[in-house]
Amino acid sequence: MNAAQPVTSIGEPNVVAMVFFFVFIAITLGITYWASRKTRTTEDFYAAGRSISAGQNGFALAGDYMSAASFLGIAGLVSTTGFDGLIYSTGWLVGWPVVLFLIAEPLRNLGKYTFADVVAARLRQTPVRIAAAIGTLATVIFYLIAQMVGAGGLIKLMFGLSYETAIVIVGVAMIAYVLFGGMLATTWVQIVKAVLLLGGATILALLVLSRFGFSPLALFREAATRYGDGVLAPGKLVANPLDAVSLGMALMFGTAGLPHILMRFYTVPDAQAARKSVFYATGLIGFFYLMTFILGFGAMVLVTPDAIKAVDKGGNMAAPLLAETLGGTPFLGFIAAVAFATILAVVAGLTLSGAAALSHDLWVSVARKGDATPIEQLRVARIATVVLGVIAVLLGIVFKGQNVAFMVSLAFAIAASANFPALLLSIFWRGCTTLGVVTSMLVGTISTLLLIYLSPTIQVDILNHAQAFFPLKNPALITIPLSFAVGIVVSLASSDPEAREKFAQVERRVHLGAKA
Amino acid sequence: MKVADARLHALAARRTRFAITLTVAMIVLYFGFILLIAYDKALMGTLVAPGLSLGILLGALVIVVSWLLTFVYVRWANRRYDRELSEITR
Repeated sequence: MNAAQPVTSIGEPNVVAMVFFFVFIAITLGITYWASRKTRTTEDFYAAGRSISAGQNGFALAGDYMSAASFLGIAGLVSTTGFDGLIYSTGWLVGWPVVLFLIAEPLRNLGKYTFADVVAARLRQTPVRIAAAIGTLATVIFYLIAQMVGAGGLIKLMFGLSYETAIVIVGVAMIAYVLFGGMLATTWVQIVKAVLLLGGATILALLVLSRFGFSPLALFREAATRYGDGVLAPGKLVANPLDAVSLGMALMFGTAGLPHILMRFYTVPDAQAARKSVFYATGLIGFFYLMTFILGFGAMVLVTPDAIKAVDKGGNMAAPLLAETLGGTPFLGFIAAVAFATILAVVAGLTLSGAAALSHDLWVSVARKGDATPIEQLRVARIATVVLGVIAVLLGIVFKGQNVAFMVSLAFAIAASANFPALLLSIFWRGCTTLGVVTSMLVGTISTLLLIYLSPTIQVDILNHAQAFFPLKNPALITIPLSFAVGIVVSLASSDPEAREKFAQVERRVHLGAKA
Repeated sequence: MKVADARLHALAARRTRFAITLTVAMIVLYFGFILLIAYDKALMGTLVAPGLSLGILLGALVIVVSWLLTFVYVRWANRRYDRELSEITR
């Protein structure tokens, strides 16, 4: 294959991709219509009437979590750098056990719709809700921007549609799911997408392995023969050890602070189902990330790094190119449609959790002091959905052509530094106070934003300055301990007798739920 | 009610201890892997079999062991914790 001009139909309208994509849209809109007739109360809208089973929620959690970044990004990174890309494959899984051990069950038993319900359970509502909404919205918006910009670029490459058209299609479909079908539709979109993504990746991995006698080791050996043993060893990605640890902390503890993931635990009937759903999700996600080993090295050997970089410098087209090499244009079309469905589903989940922060936390709990009729609550939730959907589309267009790859890790860093410490302190520590938790959340959010701005990612890569004020690409190494320290010190220095008094009651509810 | 409260408190403490133990195991496992990558690249590049470097083997093991740890917790909680909880609330 000539490296300068790879033989590919990527970038041209692909009929198969279009067909698969429209079938996906038709099915998901059908689900939305079915869900809309079952979505009558706020509990239906935010939590699917608590009717989702543990197995279903396992798939939906996996669907919410496996973004295009993990499918296209990791495959691309492995295919161009080898082992270094796999550091992400492991990093993106290891947060799930932490979610299970520390967060999932207390969250289900203490809260209603958002993670702020849990943090506010024994603290003063107004300040806690405002601070939690800031953390939630910051996480959701940065995550959304990354997904939208990725979606626009991806669809332009795969379907030949213009960037803006692509963004608007994503926005309209996603708003339709959430607005009319609420959490029930969003959950089933995630399930369909998770099955498609896992199925597509499995077929692709099996096709790769069929060329190597179904032995992953034969595949890795072939990669090492062609590109040197270095592709099987750590390389340049971890030039700075502290950077690697910092990124690891953001990925591990950020997962336990992502609002759209946390919200999923309210969709199941009880804490036991929440617990089981994390076990299923961890298995599905782990299986998927193990397959990225095969997909990445498969693309390296069968497509070659030069051909991958010729189509997209970032390497993001490695998996689609691999599909084309192995299954021709039709399989490319299928994988392209799966990638699009992936983005659409993740964006819908994010929008719903952001809308919950706006309507449930800010409007109902703060502005109306909890005194809003069910009809008003549902109406505000839907208005918030449209507002956030439109903002997502506009931001997607504003950030066109920008380097936004860092924004997902920014979202994880804020989730890890603002949301996770507040959750942990409020659930497990009797002595924490309203002031302590609120300052912890605000310091977590602000310090993360500030240090990212001062980091090489912005200063060197985007602003083209010679060096950055802050050496680490990811600030989690500093901001997570800082946020915990602020929460603990301020709590010790302030008093909140009500929080202390209610701890026993909260502890009962952590274990007994509504029965307490 | 007093007796039930004491039993619930003891059960709560037990779950917290177990959860923290598993969390620490997870942190040691993952950051051990990351620190090996960061500080001993040569070791991670050692081939343990043709085509299989220690790094790839350990990376796959981190994923599998993470999942096994969730299995250990879910099994304990489904069997022990749930049963004791239902005895307390009965």
